[in-house]
Amino acid sequence: MDSQAIATQPVHDAHEAHVHAPYLRHHFETVEQQREASSFGMWLFLLTEVMFFGGMFTAYLIYRNWYYPAFVVGSHQLSIVLGTINTAVLICSSFTMAMGVYSAEMKQRKALVGWLLATIVLGFVFLGIKADEYHEKWEKHHVPGLNFSIQEFTHPTNPEEKALPADMAQKTQVYFSLYFAMTGMHALHMVVGISILLVLVVRAWAGAYTQGHMTTIENFGLYWHFVDIVWIFLFPLLYLISRHQ
Amino acid sequence: MSEPTHNEQLNLEPTHHEHHVVGPKTYGIIFGTLLFFTGLTVAASYLELYTFNAVVAIAIACIKAVLVILFFMHIKYSSRLTKLTVAAGFFTFLALITMTLTDYISRAWGLW
Repeated sequence: MDSQAIATQPVHDAHEAHVHAPYLRHHFETVEQQREASSFGMWLFLLTEVMFFGGMFTAYLIYRNWYYPAFVVGSHQLSIVLGTINTAVLICSSFTMAMGVYSAEMKQRKALVGWLLATIVLGFVFLGIKADEYHEKWEKHHVPGLNFSIQEFTHPTNPEEKALPADMAQKTQVYFSLYFAMTGMHALHMVVGISILLVLVVRAWAGAYTQGHMTTIENFGLYWHFVDIVWIFLFPLLYLISRHQ
Repeated sequence: MSEPTHNEQLNLEPTHHEHHVVGPKTYGIIFGTLLFFTGLTVAASYLELYTFNAVVAIAIACIKAVLVILFFMHIKYSSRLTKLTVAAGFFTFLALITMTLTDYISRAWGLW
């Protein structure tokens, strides 16, 4: 609509059109349109992330079909307790992040800062537990390429585990490579997320998202929930293969 | 009928979407449901279901992911443009996985 058309509108409406929020960029007509455009852009980014993790999930599916016995014994080396706790921690952090978005919508500055801080703490708890698991893998010589031994799989210390022939035992390296690639990339996303959160908390404390718009908080929330979804799939695929055997 | 005002015209724009705030009650219910399904998937992995172990695990993961996308990520309350974008993205992802897997299962692979 050109400027002449606006000038022909009734006076009160033309006036409305000129009073706009300071955070409304000039190339958007309304705040809703601006919000919609940024949310659309964020989702496009997240879909590229889906494809990125999707490649690793596809590799996992194919190798799991090829070397199923190796994947079963590899999976049994992971701690189901730590995995379940970490899943719960991450779901809690998604909840605190969602509440953060709600606080920003409600313009509650202190509540927003509180929920963001809770999300950071839960993020660190997750990474701490993950680091402990990685450390255990190192001590058990289950890190392919750096520190790996098939001893545990050809001569299991747990009498309930079946011993694998040496060639299949070697294939546990495929399982652990995928384990480190997938959980490692997921952990990297957590590190990036926590770094951004630290900036957001400082800016939220200064009132950046409770005085103006909160699209930044909303879009970061989308990122954080996406990282949660990746873990929701990683957990059963890596930790829960044939636990009954 | 009188001429629509500038703002009324904007409301008819396809990019216009009424914003919906999701409240703590919804978040709380979804939070509880996600924790319940986490417990369920761990319990199900100890049952002997043969090939259905993997099916159950992936089905539960999909339910959890859909709940997160619909409510935590507000897709249930989003515009049709955003809904279509997300659906198209996941459809493409599934199409790529399916095509890759059909290639793998239809070849006369040898033994390794």
